[in-house]
Amino acid sequence: MLLTRKAEFSASHVCANPSLSADENRAIYGANANPNGHGHNYVLEVTVEGEPDPVTGMVFDLRELKEILHQEVVEPMDHRFLNREVTPFDHVVPTTENLAVEIWRRLEPRIRESKVRLRNVRLYETRDLYVDYGGGQ
Amino acid sequence: MRLTRRYRFSASHRLNTPALSLEENRRLYGKCNNPYGHGHDYVLDVTVEGPLDASGQVIDREALDALVRERVLRRLDHKNLNADVPELAAGVPTTENLAAVIRGTLAEGWPLAGRLKGVRISETDRNIFELEA
Repeated sequence: MLLTRKAEFSASHVCANPSLSADENRAIYGANANPNGHGHNYVLEVTVEGEPDPVTGMVFDLRELKEILHQEVVEPMDHRFLNREVTPFDHVVPTTENLAVEIWRRLEPRIRESKVRLRNVRLYETRDLYVDYGGGQ
Repeated sequence: MRLTRRYRFSASHRLNTPALSLEENRRLYGKCNNPYGHGHDYVLDVTVEGPLDASGQVIDREALDALVRERVLRRLDHKNLNADVPELAAGVPTTENLAAVIRGTLAEGWPLAGRLKGVRISETDRNIFELEA
């Protein structure tokens, strides 16, 4: 059975690679390359997979999942400038794709401890753009 | 990694097949058979799948927007699907058929990074159609 929990955080970022020129960055990232940054209200949907516990009838304790999302994602990222305040975005461009990979990297070991499997990280940058990451490539 | 981008377009249609009688069409399609047609604000989700490139992206958003604008929105937005879209003129412009036309149009010689994974169209909040590419 799949279980999905949602969390939200607001953060600012700049998508630009320091090894490229301003013009090249603008050509690749468009308005996202504005050097002073801009922000989004990110919406995160984390899906875990497991069997309902025969005693509790639950796949995963929702309070525990909420707490993991809070500790690993919301607390460190909410109301932050990702490039300056959240690793590894001092040297990795914080595209929505890279942010989803980083969220997976933070959550996966915590969720694995609880005998369920992290299945998917869906990250909305805006309501019209999201990425899905299931580990690997 | 999959990236999904959402687009919107508004169009009118009428569901009616010449294979059936007036009465049968009315029974089958209900209000959607109204002879003068009616419209919807369609929501189209386009999903692309692929590895991250050197810029940390699956696909260039502006290139994807330009492709969808050119191949889909320009042809469907504020159009009458029965009259203005040749691929639908021969059949019935149900959202199922519309999804197949959109998928076919986008998939043809896919010119961008990654691969088209699928399309998802909402006719209203309550009717949603998905087609894998």
